[in-house]
Amino acid sequence: MTAYLVALRAIVLREMLRFVHQRSRFLSALVRPLVWLVIFAAGFRAALGVSIIPPYQTYITYEVYIVPGLCGMIQLFNGMQSSLSLVYDQEMGSMRLLLTSRLPRTWLLFCKLLAGTAVSILQVYVFLALAAAFGIAMPPLGYLYVLPALVLSGLMLGALGLLISSTIRQLENFAGVMNFVIFPMFFMSSALYPLWKMAESSPLLRDICAANPFTHAVELIRFALYESVNLWALIWVVAAFAVFLVGALIGYDPARGLIRK
Amino acid sequence: MKALSVRNVSYRFGAKVALDDVSFDLEVGRFAALLGPNGAGKSTLFALLTRLLVTRQGQIFVAGFDVRAAPRAALARIGVVFQQSTLDLDMTVARNLSYFAALQGLSGAAAQASIDAALDRLDMRERAGETVRALNGGHRRRMEIARALVHGPEVLLLDEPTVGLDTASRRAITAHVHDLAEDGLTVLWATHLVDEIRPTDDVVVLHKGRVLTHQPAAEIACSGDLGDAFIAMTGEGGRQ
Repeated sequence: MTAYLVALRAIVLREMLRFVHQRSRFLSALVRPLVWLVIFAAGFRAALGVSIIPPYQTYITYEVYIVPGLCGMIQLFNGMQSSLSLVYDQEMGSMRLLLTSRLPRTWLLFCKLLAGTAVSILQVYVFLALAAAFGIAMPPLGYLYVLPALVLSGLMLGALGLLISSTIRQLENFAGVMNFVIFPMFFMSSALYPLWKMAESSPLLRDICAANPFTHAVELIRFALYESVNLWALIWVVAAFAVFLVGALIGYDPARGLIRK
Repeated sequence: MKALSVRNVSYRFGAKVALDDVSFDLEVGRFAALLGPNGAGKSTLFALLTRLLVTRQGQIFVAGFDVRAAPRAALARIGVVFQQSTLDLDMTVARNLSYFAALQGLSGAAAQASIDAALDRLDMRERAGETVRALNGGHRRRMEIARALVHGPEVLLLDEPTVGLDTASRRAITAHVHDLAEDGLTVLWATHLVDEIRPTDDVVVLHKGRVLTHQPAAEIACSGDLGDAFIAMTGEGGRQ
């Protein structure tokens, strides 16, 4: 195994172990989407019927519609949380250790993003299993096809988190990120309502939603869960990942917090 | 060839000058104390040595490799112990070390052999199976020093490694690292405590970003007390 893969494996394994050890984080990561699925969606079910739009081939209930969006939400929260921890307190020391390695820094940061993504995928699969237990099952192969989609969307959201936490000093706590990044991205997307519904109330809002990379992450996941590929969403997610990654690598300051000023 | 060579290095944070034309060389196998009061620029210098910061003014060579031009070759030859502890508390000593080895690209039997050797050098082998949380402060530090040796560096950098430790642990760690230097490792030990320095050690006195002197401790003390000489030089205290 080459040195690069050795480092990748170690970083991903460490992240997984840390996550499994942190029971409260694990629980809240699961409870959050379940609350949306079981309570919010049940309440909304009567108010919002979803007609037949791709990739669905029949009428679906609101609970079914919302599942891919909640998978995206898990990754959105996780991406922001793990990237924030890279830049601020919790992980700053271990990042310093990482960055004094002889391997290229860009590779090590990429490994970190991939590790965060792996953790988010673990959460998504547990959530999908629970959703299935509640009677919301996907086509069997969908569970397999969704994996590459989750890798891409997880990387994209992690890179966005790293970009934001490296460049915007004001957003140094999770509450700030939640108000100014997570909520707007989540609500202005196709996670909770299809874009055509949005267009009925405001075409401008619909256009904003269509430009939101999170919308494309959700659609990529949604189509993959139904065994198909949304090519446009795929292109959007990959392009957004590339832009966010380059920005994050440029903006990341390895010496942050090291010098008392 | 010098183990470590710092030439005309300057660094500023905005208008504030952190380092001003700093130059010194360390011979292979020397224990050098980087002695300076708080705020002298020690941490800035460490960040430059480990390439967490980069400056265009001046050059730094580690075992002949320019940190700016050949960063990976230079970093491969440096072992670092940061002031702030960087351990996974819930993992065992062995796991912490094998994680670090993997970050350096080492795995399998080769990694295990160098981990064992590093733990032996710090008398920490029997603690390999304990979680870090169960170790006291002194043993945690020793583990971090062992970790910094896993990839076989030629230069060991320690940034105030005894901060927060009791006297016995401080003495033990200072003695361990002096032993490492006797075995041929070059050590740069940042501190503001003169009692960690032996008369034969090199001392680089850093004050307000400038090198005031670089000579053996005995010569700086010149048959007096190193602490007094240090205070006379900097006008600040050097005792705990």
